[in-house]
Amino acid sequence: MSLFVTELRRLGKRRVTRLMLVLLVLGLATVATAFSFSSEKLSPVVVAEAEAKANNDYQSAMTDWKRNVAECEAAQARGEKTEERYGPNCGKDYQPQPDMFEAKWYLPYQFDFRAEFPMFIAVFAASVALFGFIVGASFVGAEWNTGGMMNLLLWRPKRLTVLGTKLAALLTTVFGLTVVLGALWTAAFWLIAGQRGSTAKMTAGVWQSIGLDGLRALGMTLLVAAVGFALASLGRHTAMALGAAVGIFAVSEIGIRIAVAVLGVQFGDRYVLSTYAQSWFLKQAELFDYDTCQFSQGACEPATYVVTWQQSAVVFGVALVGAVVAAFWTMRRRDIA
Amino acid sequence: MSAVLEIEGLRKTYRSRKRGVRHALDGFDMRVEAGQVHGFLGPNGSGKTTTLRTLLGLIKPNGGRMAILGQELPHALPAVAGQVGAIVESPQFFPHFSARDTLGLLAQAGELPKQRVDEVLELVGLRDRAGERVKTYSLGMKQRLAVASALLKNPKLLILDEPANGLDPGGIREMRGLMRELSEAGMTVVLSSHILGEIQLICDSVTIISLGRRVAFGPVDQVLAAHSQGAVRVRLEAVDDLPQAADALSRAGVGVTAEPDHLMLSGVDKPATVSRLLAEQGLYVSELTPVAVDLESVFLELTATAPVPGQHRQVDQSAKVDQTGTAGGWGA
Repeated sequence: MSLFVTELRRLGKRRVTRLMLVLLVLGLATVATAFSFSSEKLSPVVVAEAEAKANNDYQSAMTDWKRNVAECEAAQARGEKTEERYGPNCGKDYQPQPDMFEAKWYLPYQFDFRAEFPMFIAVFAASVALFGFIVGASFVGAEWNTGGMMNLLLWRPKRLTVLGTKLAALLTTVFGLTVVLGALWTAAFWLIAGQRGSTAKMTAGVWQSIGLDGLRALGMTLLVAAVGFALASLGRHTAMALGAAVGIFAVSEIGIRIAVAVLGVQFGDRYVLSTYAQSWFLKQAELFDYDTCQFSQGACEPATYVVTWQQSAVVFGVALVGAVVAAFWTMRRRDIA
Repeated sequence: MSAVLEIEGLRKTYRSRKRGVRHALDGFDMRVEAGQVHGFLGPNGSGKTTTLRTLLGLIKPNGGRMAILGQELPHALPAVAGQVGAIVESPQFFPHFSARDTLGLLAQAGELPKQRVDEVLELVGLRDRAGERVKTYSLGMKQRLAVASALLKNPKLLILDEPANGLDPGGIREMRGLMRELSEAGMTVVLSSHILGEIQLICDSVTIISLGRRVAFGPVDQVLAAHSQGAVRVRLEAVDDLPQAADALSRAGVGVTAEPDHLMLSGVDKPATVSRLLAEQGLYVSELTPVAVDLESVFLELTATAPVPGQHRQVDQSAKVDQTGTAGGWGA
């Protein structure tokens, strides 16, 4: 227990941890603050203004239409050709309809907590995951690099216990941060929705769905932090994790995309990592194959392929277990020189 | 006297596709008695640090036996680690932590009381700079911090790799005094260093390693005596008599090297024999001085690392001698 508390203290004292935490909090606060200015509460006055403007535009369009029809008929009476200028039948078939001027199109943007907050959970999770990856990689990478790990092993000559305790301290910190910041993030957007948006239709079922989104976000932040930690431990340097992350991104997002495009693989994006990240957050990712469309036969219903969040769980789970097992295996086997 | 540290037939082999097989430790033996300050000497690349790392569980050996405080390693290492303080190679600490933070975290990991941190900071002379970041420290201050971290546990066995590295002359003297005090307080100290004058001054016994094997060991005075080769300097009243004296001594089986104004003799058990031999020839000595050998010359001789004019010795060019060494033996 003393080692665990020590590692928590060590992680908290590290400059990278503090710096990244400040950046994370500032970043999240900036997003929330900036977003709050873009939303405006739809009060009855605002709605009435929008309805009035919509009606005004409709009336204006009707006036223009009527004038054009009258001008056209007058021109026809003078024996002039009108079709090119006014269209067939003097444009009578194009009379403006009220549904072409719906009041909702004239409303300012209003944040809808129920519909839009899940997207902000993904933004939050991505931010905390990035924090976890960098801090996790640095926590163990810098320890290896500066000799701190060797010093610690001279005190606690149990390699797996030491590495496991460090990982536990990291995950506990990331867990705590995700929960605390997640609660603040939710409260902030609830406040924005209450003051400058809408919190309508928030049933127990919706909250449950948001809770599950939050759990998946928590899982993602812990997974990314653990993978960063494991990669840095494998390479015994922070740069190993950062290099591997860049490499995986380049191979997955660029290399595989090019390869499947060249090979003409159907639903090639199912081999791209970001598809699984997307399905993890949005519960599923739907891929379309427009090559199957027969546009000559009318509207197209392209072939689809659905990646579920459960599939994502398997992919990420395998990556997590692979990286962590490899890190612990090398910790046990390799000399510390 | 009981042994605090025992190593027998320790082997560590590195295999590389490019460089082939290299035996970093090739059946190395070592024994350190309780309460001693023991010098651990060897040229660069001879296996000193590999030995210490292996002993401390950082490197896995390919064979051999190790024990600390009577407990077999590496199995019992977690049990004895609390009684072993060590620094290996250059001191390495997290640069943005202060000395107090660094030691505080170690003390907490080792479940030691907080006041122990202040005690060791005082002991190594870092009390007034303890709040500053380690990155602002000089090499000597980092070295003091490393020694402090090793002393934190108040260990029974203290292993220090080059503790005087980077210290100023005053610091070296302080370190020497500290080692002596710790030894007198009952702590066993293993000291790896290249400052052989220091080793000779403060160590009770030494082990010399070369190419992964022990080439000499035992009490310092015994090791020096074993390698003094009975060297004696002889001057005569009349310099012109030197050739005649050299001839007489050579015939008596004494090794003679003629110098312009004196003779250097080797293999002389008792200097009085020389005096008697020359007196029988009617030659009278004006000076008969046994030449004392120092640890540095013994080291250079045993490890064959003495510089040769016009040659550039490579790191692994050292002597490999018979496994039996030159004094005592395992368990002797």
